[in-house]
Amino acid sequence: MSSKEYKTFAKQREPSRSVLTNCVRAFVSGGLICVLGQAIQNMYMSWLKLSATQAAGPTVATLIFISVLLTCFGVYDKLAQWAGAGSAVPVTGFANSMCSAALEHRAEGLVLGVGGNMFKLAGSVIVYGTVAAFVIGLIHVIFGIRGH
Amino acid sequence: MQFVWAFLVGGGICVLGQLMFDILKLTPAHTMSTLVVLGAIADALGWYEPLVDFAGAGASVPITSFGNALVHGALTELEQTGPIGVITGMFKVTSAGISAAIIFSFLAALVVRPKG
Amino acid sequence: MLRGKQTWWFDSRPVIIGTGTVVGPDEGAGPLAADFDLVHAELDLNQKSWEKAERLLLEQASDFAIRNAGIRKEQVQFYVGGDLLNQLISNSFAVRELGLPYLGVFGACSTSMLSLALAAQLVDSGAAQYAMAGTCSHNCTAEKQFRYPTEYGSQKPPTAQYTVTGAGAAVVAASGNGPVVACATIGKIVDLGISDPFNMGAAMAPAAVDTIQTHFADTGRVPGDYDLIVTGDLATVGHRIALDLFARDGVPMQDTVFSDCGLMIYDVERQKVQAGGSGCACSAVVTYGHLLKRLNRGELKRILVVATGALLSPLSYQQGETIPCIAHAVAIERGDA
Repeated sequence: MSSKEYKTFAKQREPSRSVLTNCVRAFVSGGLICVLGQAIQNMYMSWLKLSATQAAGPTVATLIFISVLLTCFGVYDKLAQWAGAGSAVPVTGFANSMCSAALEHRAEGLVLGVGGNMFKLAGSVIVYGTVAAFVIGLIHVIFGIRGH
Repeated sequence: MQFVWAFLVGGGICVLGQLMFDILKLTPAHTMSTLVVLGAIADALGWYEPLVDFAGAGASVPITSFGNALVHGALTELEQTGPIGVITGMFKVTSAGISAAIIFSFLAALVVRPKG
Repeated sequence: MLRGKQTWWFDSRPVIIGTGTVVGPDEGAGPLAADFDLVHAELDLNQKSWEKAERLLLEQASDFAIRNAGIRKEQVQFYVGGDLLNQLISNSFAVRELGLPYLGVFGACSTSMLSLALAAQLVDSGAAQYAMAGTCSHNCTAEKQFRYPTEYGSQKPPTAQYTVTGAGAAVVAASGNGPVVACATIGKIVDLGISDPFNMGAAMAPAAVDTIQTHFADTGRVPGDYDLIVTGDLATVGHRIALDLFARDGVPMQDTVFSDCGLMIYDVERQKVQAGGSGCACSAVVTYGHLLKRLNRGELKRILVVATGALLSPLSYQQGETIPCIAHAVAIERGDA
């Protein structure tokens, strides 16, 4: 059997992912995390008398703290198997990727292990976000488009 | 009402991510990188800020807002200090998130061991 | 003695005089728990790292094997074995403690039968009086090296497999009481273009089929000559593909019982293991712990264990390569078969 034939053969025998179920779970869990974020933001706005823009930073930091806590309790990965993108896409997923890498590589020491591996998964996100923002900025400069 | 839109928009962006996982068979790293770039492009087109005003945390919590924040920082600084602002302004808004993630992850690694 | 293209026929009929199997908590929660020498309640075995835990599993399995064989450690001439970790560190460090002359081999998840075949060959050819074969794997070291940090929230697809935490070792001797290693077929590397590391079953199935068919051609045997033919870790997806490939080629696998260690070690319905078990220890602990006991009890007379391995590295996958696979088959039978 050729490679091409086999890949089709194998594909036909692959258990299908329940895309609809996964999407519903992602929708519900992701939505709930955003609702939590909204509640936290409202809390900061009323307690500390902050505007929405000013409350954004502390809100994100709080969500990250919660995510790190859940990662430390060994719970985040169990939630993620159910929630899928619902737990990976919010900023909590970003924090989980960094915290899980830091915890895992503690065995290799604080500098090379924790320091050197923390951005193992989150690195791509930061690199691509930065490069995209740069390209967009460059386009604005070249074409003389005004900024915000 | 604000909570309803936060839930719907936030959930919707996550569904987009889930479709990338299941239909496009992208890895989490590829998916998140794509979403960040989409968020950046959305802000460049002027679409993301209105979404944040409308959906609140539903737009500011997903990773797409990271792309939005990077572009927002770059373009705001571009307006205020000129072309060099593209590089100097980028991490202004996102600083809280990245700093928090680094600090809390580091502190966690000092005291906690992975459970497997 | 060479038979056919790739098969060693062991004329002197070397005997497995003792085995040792040590597993982790998930395997202890599975259907074969009672067959293992030791079940650990803690995934980290109270060690400082996952890697230290994995080598401790192998040290313990080796000690059990020597003890169950009724010999002294000093009587064993050679240890043959390997694991999944880079540079085979689990074996290097465990065998350092064992203090035996060491032959490190890499076969990924096919290492159990690769090492058993080599150990039997050493004894059969007179190069050793006693040779030990061993292997180990650990769920967390495998995740850390090949996939993601263990606490990372990634959603595993239904084709993914769960690396077995455990170690299995066997002592082979020229004579004695126990199951006989009758022959072994060394596999060729087979790569039919699967590149998804979360679908190892599909990648490895063609290698298993190739080795089994070569085994039949080299030995003149047919499926019906065996009470049981079991693959190492094809699990749900790969097992089904293998069955269909055999049917397509007209191989009468229905004349025997065709199963898979990855489906036996866990309760796939109840435990969250996606498609089933994998890892070097999968075929090792199921064979040395469970199947050999059934042979000794007379429930089985002659079995063919076909351990399957995926020979990729994290780097090869990132560089866009496909997954080359291999399978090694060892025929084990009762002394009076």
